[in-house]
Amino acid sequence: QGRFTLLRDTRTDGSFLVHHFLSFYLRAGCKVCFVALLQSFSHYNIVAQKLGVSLAAAKERGQLVFLEGLKSCLDLLFGEEEQPAQPSPLQFLSTSDLRALFDFVRVSLTPADGDSWKGPVLLVDDLSVLLSLGAAPVAVLDFIHYCRVSVCCQLKGNIVVLVHSNEDSEDEENELVVNSLCHHSDLILWAEGLATGFCKDVHGQIKIIKRLSLRQAAEQDLVQIYQYKIQDRNVTFFARGLSAAVL
Amino acid sequence: LVFTEEDKYGLYSNLLFKYFLAEGVVCGHDLFVASAKEHPDNILKELPAPLLDDTYGKELGDEAAAVKSEDFQDSMKIAWRYQNLPKMEASPTTYTKFGHYYDVSKKMSPELCQSVKWHSFYLHEELSFEPKMKTCNMNSGYARLLQSIQRIISQEGFDGSDPQKKRKNALRIGIQSLGSMLWGDDVCCSDTPEDTHSLTKFLYVLRGLLRKSLSACIITVPAHLIQNKAIMERVTNLSDMVVGLESFIGSERETNPLYKDYHGLVHVHQIPQLNSLICDVSDTKDLAFRLKRKLFTIERLHLPPDLSDTVSRASKQDLAGSAKLLSSGCGAMAIGKKHLDF
Repeated sequence: QGRFTLLRDTRTDGSFLVHHFLSFYLRAGCKVCFVALLQSFSHYNIVAQKLGVSLAAAKERGQLVFLEGLKSCLDLLFGEEEQPAQPSPLQFLSTSDLRALFDFVRVSLTPADGDSWKGPVLLVDDLSVLLSLGAAPVAVLDFIHYCRVSVCCQLKGNIVVLVHSNEDSEDEENELVVNSLCHHSDLILWAEGLATGFCKDVHGQIKIIKRLSLRQAAEQDLVQIYQYKIQDRNVTFFARGLSAAVL
Repeated sequence: LVFTEEDKYGLYSNLLFKYFLAEGVVCGHDLFVASAKEHPDNILKELPAPLLDDTYGKELGDEAAAVKSEDFQDSMKIAWRYQNLPKMEASPTTYTKFGHYYDVSKKMSPELCQSVKWHSFYLHEELSFEPKMKTCNMNSGYARLLQSIQRIISQEGFDGSDPQKKRKNALRIGIQSLGSMLWGDDVCCSDTPEDTHSLTKFLYVLRGLLRKSLSACIITVPAHLIQNKAIMERVTNLSDMVVGLESFIGSERETNPLYKDYHGLVHVHQIPQLNSLICDVSDTKDLAFRLKRKLFTIERLHLPPDLSDTVSRASKQDLAGSAKLLSSGCGAMAIGKKHLDF
């Protein structure tokens, strides 16, 4: 409970981790607020069905609150002139202020009467897009901080956030956000493309870093490295160098 | 959303761009062409003619064809630069035959061109209209383009909002040289542009529009001019598919014997991963292109056998069937043993 997990990808696409956590938490009976900035609802729905979860059903029974960034930005830009009752969560497109987004998250995850879900979960895919859309890095970090206070501490929930990063990246703002988040995460899952290049049987390597040093002063972080291959319905993990193709 | 990085002189990227539109014409899709550089009417007059099974030489456009091939001769001397990456929205229409072939030396007949409905957006003509939407601090040229696209999508019913207008085809959008100075964006001129977010905001909203409707889009961007690499990284993340074209002209690779059969390389930086967990499934990523007199082909990079005295020998075998790689409706063509339908 109360954990902040950072999903990070470099030279590869780490979105399979997002799909995993989404179906994992839904199956566990948690209330999930999913801020999906990069893909459409149907994309996640189709993949989730392969993983055995129906997002549409979860939405209907109130277990899943889905913010479809692409659709909301269209409503914001091309919508009717009259002001809607609530400010759109994507208001930062014009005002660079992420407060509306935070309010949206807080309201969705605050348990309503009659809710019987186990702990709330905030899932964000992905945070780097906020920088592309005009938010300042400090604003993004503030947003995450507010979410942590609200979701992790007050509501005892979990947060999972995906960010992209690159070695030798020239995107300093992004690197700033990513490094800062790394320091404050309880668990980091870092999916990397293989250093030797593209391979058909091993899609990448995942580094699992359990930040024990955050909670207790004398502890060291625990780092585990596996390689993985993504299939249509699941992902297989194996020790480095021991992919099925080699054995 | 197909994002193509333009080569330095935009010649090959233009060719790809025209192929995309030509395929749209042949498949009966509606077209939307936007440009700040040349008038869309002119672009549409220069689409390559499709090669039909029976007749090889369809009529017309001989003078135009001659001019075009001269044009290519000149461009050969210019160095290629990276073409922008194309973003490709998954096109929902399916074809019985996968793509068509085109004859570069001939132009498409006007009758064929006019058989589909097309819309155009030429920036300099549109400047007089005020955008009615909230621009969100975006460059006004981009804002107008978005408004125009959105208007066409909803008017023509591509987004399914009007049950009366059931569309059976898709809209193909082509945007030429986005990000260049002609659009009013200085992202190509300086390292620290005034507005670093216009291009990315534009792409995000465009992505939203494409996801919501039956359309596919190709964008060419002069990436070689964009000094700020951070923007290119962000743009890559926002795109579905990113392809760069690098031509050999003027670069030292032109004389490299490894590349003597080819005119340039195709760098596929990113492939769409829509609706599935699986990512990149291609066998190889080394692709090269060449422009023959009539055809533009993309092939796996095939190194000629090393007949010198050195011991090591690197050669890559061609494999057919990489057609599944690029599975959107772009109509580029490849004839020959090495195939890539695009």
